[in-house]
Amino acid sequence: MQALYAQLLVGLINGSFYALLSLGLAVIFGMLNIINFAHGALYMMGAFCAYFLLNLAGIGYWPALIIAPIVVGIFGMILERTMLQWLSGLDHLYGLLLTFGIALIVQGVFQNYFGSSGLPYAIPDELKGGMNLGFMFLPIYRGWVVVFSLIVCLATWYLIEKTRLGANLRAATENPTLVRAFGINVPRMITLTYGLGVGLAALAGVLSAPINQVRPLMGADLIIVVFAVVVIGGMGSIMGSIITGFSLGVIEGLTKYFYPEASNTVVFVLMVLVLLVKPTGLTGRAA
Amino acid sequence: MSALTDDTLPVSPRAVRDEMIVFVLMAALLAIVPLTGIYPFFVMQALCFALLACAFNLLIGYGGLLSFGHAMFLGTAGYFTAHALKVWGLSPELGILVGTVGAAGLGVITGVVAIRRQGIYFSMITLALSQLLYFIYLQTPFTHGEDGIQGIPQGYLFGIFNLAKPTVLYYVILVGFLGGFLLIYRTINSPFGEVLKAIRENEPRAISLGYKTDHYKLLAFILSGTIAGFAGSLKVFVAQNASLTDVHWTMSGEIVLMTLVGGLGTVFGPVVGAFVIIAMQQYLAGFGQWVTVIQGVIFVACVLTFRRGVIGEIAHFFRRSL
Repeated sequence: MQALYAQLLVGLINGSFYALLSLGLAVIFGMLNIINFAHGALYMMGAFCAYFLLNLAGIGYWPALIIAPIVVGIFGMILERTMLQWLSGLDHLYGLLLTFGIALIVQGVFQNYFGSSGLPYAIPDELKGGMNLGFMFLPIYRGWVVVFSLIVCLATWYLIEKTRLGANLRAATENPTLVRAFGINVPRMITLTYGLGVGLAALAGVLSAPINQVRPLMGADLIIVVFAVVVIGGMGSIMGSIITGFSLGVIEGLTKYFYPEASNTVVFVLMVLVLLVKPTGLTGRAA
Repeated sequence: MSALTDDTLPVSPRAVRDEMIVFVLMAALLAIVPLTGIYPFFVMQALCFALLACAFNLLIGYGGLLSFGHAMFLGTAGYFTAHALKVWGLSPELGILVGTVGAAGLGVITGVVAIRRQGIYFSMITLALSQLLYFIYLQTPFTHGEDGIQGIPQGYLFGIFNLAKPTVLYYVILVGFLGGFLLIYRTINSPFGEVLKAIRENEPRAISLGYKTDHYKLLAFILSGTIAGFAGSLKVFVAQNASLTDVHWTMSGEIVLMTLVGGLGTVFGPVVGAFVIIAMQQYLAGFGQWVTVIQGVIFVACVLTFRRGVIGEIAHFFRRSL
């Protein structure tokens, strides 16, 4: 049973990353009509940012948790201002191709300097060790990742669904021209939205650094799984992305315990099943 | 979907003649390659990728479907052909048949799933499906995992042509390429191709005219996958191996890049694009990971400033469709 609980925990952690990344993808898609292929690369940049902060400037985990998303978010906003904004009005596929190119550049540069092996990033002292829950041993850091990701996801949901800023954002998603007529600066909002989505990815990167090590290609394979998660959950609802992300992580964890050979593929197989039964995705609107 | 084709001109009656002239020129140029002393291995490899990119272009350029998983056809056909040749000891023509039929079967299975969503979702689904296949091939024994299938015998095609001779192999590959190319060309100029273009431009209208658009899209997907698989089978004879690289998503990205550089939705663009990208990889092989960076830069530059691609720009300049 210990092994089952351990795999469930791993599943929840992966689920946190799926949720944080697919949430960002959904928010970005809503405003920019772009599927951000660079999301995995930016997640990796978040982890590297934390690594640099620690090793070059001596800045530890806690400040990195705030600084890295801001730095990568600003990088994302520069990308949006200099490149992505020129694609509005064009076919969706150009956004995918452009961000794929950006991902290749970012990953290639990092691979050049750091190879493909992982760089260690230590767990902060406050979160070292673990506690015995009676039925299992819980490493504190892993528990922290799950709880903190959940809080961030719910905060994002609250920001978008319940605040005035979120209301403007949702309105601009539906009809940008009309929202501009009300005197709201929609282009700036789009830039900030991209920064927010990218920042969430970078945050996930920092969270994963002590667990998965810091590698140039850490986001490359993850982003494809996240795409499958997005296809399963649909991009119509924020809460849908969060729930789908966490549940698929858990299902993956269970698969690792019961049938490890399929743990790499289970999310993709589920995607196929969902497409056959309910093509619009579990929560999505018809595309 | 219209933004993809805003700049292309309607096909004038002269276009078919232009295209036939260019086709004959291309075939003649390719036919004299062995006499020029150009390294034939490079051209053969480029021809395989050119056919692959043309097959991919059939979907994106004429059906508006961006497949981000076309490497799965390349890899699947490669593994099937390699296995048939090496383990079953089949003759080359049967080996190619096994690979191509395998890719066609894969096209049926993945097509049924992938065409259930349009636009950007289609791209994500094909990418996810090819990643699924990548993990399957990583684990099944017959592919030999990370090692791949090595040292594949080339044999005698139809019992006559010795494929171990570079010149013979070159002409076999060239005939295969030209045959595949003409099949695609015939398809896009057929009534079937016209319906595909109608679906690309305005799917709801095509539906309202009574076309079962899903059938057309599925058929186009299967056809594209089958031809891509044929290219993959041919490539086995050139490279003499089949490995996981051919199924990886980076390969799918390269196929997209070739077509984008040459010109999406142009007849000859993918061929030019394939030669450009393969040549670039040859010359820049010593630069390691910088090749990836350069490919990324080309992607970005093409999307931002050069969306018509090489052939698209030429065609636009001369107001022709090529």
